Amino acid sequence: MASATAQRPARTGGNRGARVRRREGIAGWGFALPFLLVFAVFMAGPVLASFAMSFTDLRSADLRDPLGVNPIGLDNYVKLFGDDTFRQAALNTAYFVVVGIPLTMVLGLAAAVGLDAGITRFRTFFRVGYYLPVVTSIVAIAVVWRLLLEPESGIVNTLLGYLGIDGPNWLTDTRTAMPALIVMAAWRNMGFLMVIFLAGLQAIPRDLYEAAAMDGSNAWSRFRHVTLPMMRPTLLFGGVITGIGYLQFFEEPFVMTQGGPLDKTLSVAFYIYNQFGFGNYSYAAAISYVLFIAILVLTLVQFRLLRSKT
Amino acid sequence: MTTPVQTPAPAPTPAHRRPATSAPEARGHLWVYAVLAGGLVLLVGPFLWMLLGSFKPDAELRQVPPTWLPASPTTDNYRQLFTQLDFPQFFFNSTVVALAITVGNLVFCSMLGYALAKLQFPGKRVVFALVLGMLMVPGMVTFVPLFMLVSQLGMVNSYPGLILPWLAQPFGVFLMRQFILGLPDDLIHAARVDGAGEFRIFTRVILPLCGPALATLGILQFLATWNNFLWPLVVAQSEEKYTLPVALALYAIGENSTRYGLLMAGSVATILPILLIFVLLQRYFVQGIAMTGLK
Repeated sequence: MASATAQRPARTGGNRGARVRRREGIAGWGFALPFLLVFAVFMAGPVLASFAMSFTDLRSADLRDPLGVNPIGLDNYVKLFGDDTFRQAALNTAYFVVVGIPLTMVLGLAAAVGLDAGITRFRTFFRVGYYLPVVTSIVAIAVVWRLLLEPESGIVNTLLGYLGIDGPNWLTDTRTAMPALIVMAAWRNMGFLMVIFLAGLQAIPRDLYEAAAMDGSNAWSRFRHVTLPMMRPTLLFGGVITGIGYLQFFEEPFVMTQGGPLDKTLSVAFYIYNQFGFGNYSYAAAISYVLFIAILVLTLVQFRLLRSKT
Repeated sequence: MTTPVQTPAPAPTPAHRRPATSAPEARGHLWVYAVLAGGLVLLVGPFLWMLLGSFKPDAELRQVPPTWLPASPTTDNYRQLFTQLDFPQFFFNSTVVALAITVGNLVFCSMLGYALAKLQFPGKRVVFALVLGMLMVPGMVTFVPLFMLVSQLGMVNSYPGLILPWLAQPFGVFLMRQFILGLPDDLIHAARVDGAGEFRIFTRVILPLCGPALATLGILQFLATWNNFLWPLVVAQSEEKYTLPVALALYAIGENSTRYGLLMAGSVATILPILLIFVLLQRYFVQGIAMTGLK
């Protein structure tokens, strides 16, 4: 550790050790302060303010008259559970997360296994191509997908038409709007998981596969009994990261559906944004804390799974 | 590179890969190539379609069945980005905001990252726990009070309002700390023995060795900020402060929502700078994931 070596001069010269330590302590805070000041004002402060605010009846109009704010205890949270629109948004978000995570993980893993299966040519080419949607602006992507999904002139329904299928109006049909957003999210995020899973796959010792092959197990059973167990931590890490992002999805419905049709693609984050827009600041803060708790629970559950099986 | 986190070792050229020339093995690979190429078409296809579409007039974009290649190529869409919309301004705003936030994070995060990695100071554990804990907090939680704060400070619809709240973010601290932990302590002790001041040690000894970490953080931060949407959406309230994604989103859902050609050209303009950075510097992305994501 740094401290053990930092104290070495102390033995040679009396109270020089104390002086060095003090100098290091001052320097440490000196280096930490600029970050901590900005952090305290613009992050830590707002996190606490948001929590405190959620127990009041603060609205946008109160900004000019802070005395008009009253503590109302848990009223915002109680109201939340009777709020049908919030319930719809929570269900939509759960749908997005529960279907979206496995779909994205399966696609990402398939791509990673493909790239790991002895592909030598075009490796970088494939990797860049698969990663491309991850780095591009989600707004630009949503704009393009909206046009791809146009009922008449869109490419998706045109291609389906070649197969004799009459494609729906994806984004205005209550049954297809959310699945369309989920497929788009999986399309966009699989490249990120691919890179993570690829790193995990390459860390698996090759002799495990050779031993399994010698025992006569086929490719599928090697995947089932060697790859998947060895990949467990990596898979869970990917699941957690993807889940945290998916629980907060907002841009996709904002650009593509505006939360419609009939609130079928309204997400919790979108609902917070709407409540903020209506000036219901304290209510928006309460919902944001519920979302925060959902993220914590999802993370804890996944970590619990990780620990129990390894 | 000395990363403290285990970078996944390049796969040792495994024995079972060598007989790639044997017939069944080669056929197996062909199959993998075919599937991967199919996936690539699906992933890159929309981008190509967007690029081609940006050169089509609106009537052609609405045509049934759609055309693949532009039947009558035109650059009108791009011209309109400049004549009817103020795209140079949006582009300028995006660049200023992304650069300022990137520089701020490089400075603040490397300083705190260094202190957390190499210096002993009272309260260090608390600081580290606090910063790491904030990684878990979703942006939506700080959003409302942050907006109230910025409006109290009179910074709504201004560059400071767009930039200040994001100058110091936990992710960068984590990345820099992890990297600096891997640098040898002896360098610092030697510099101290030579009588160098603490700040001088940081700027002359530590920072020059942080090149790869700074590059990774800089690129990831720039991209994240460039693509950021929610905050500029609420803070930039008039056109002269819009960033590219905000302008694009508001045009896509506003009265221009049916001007497909314009939207395609706008998407290309939003994506292109990022695309260039990504293709030229793509190894840093993988490095960034290795530095922070995996252990």
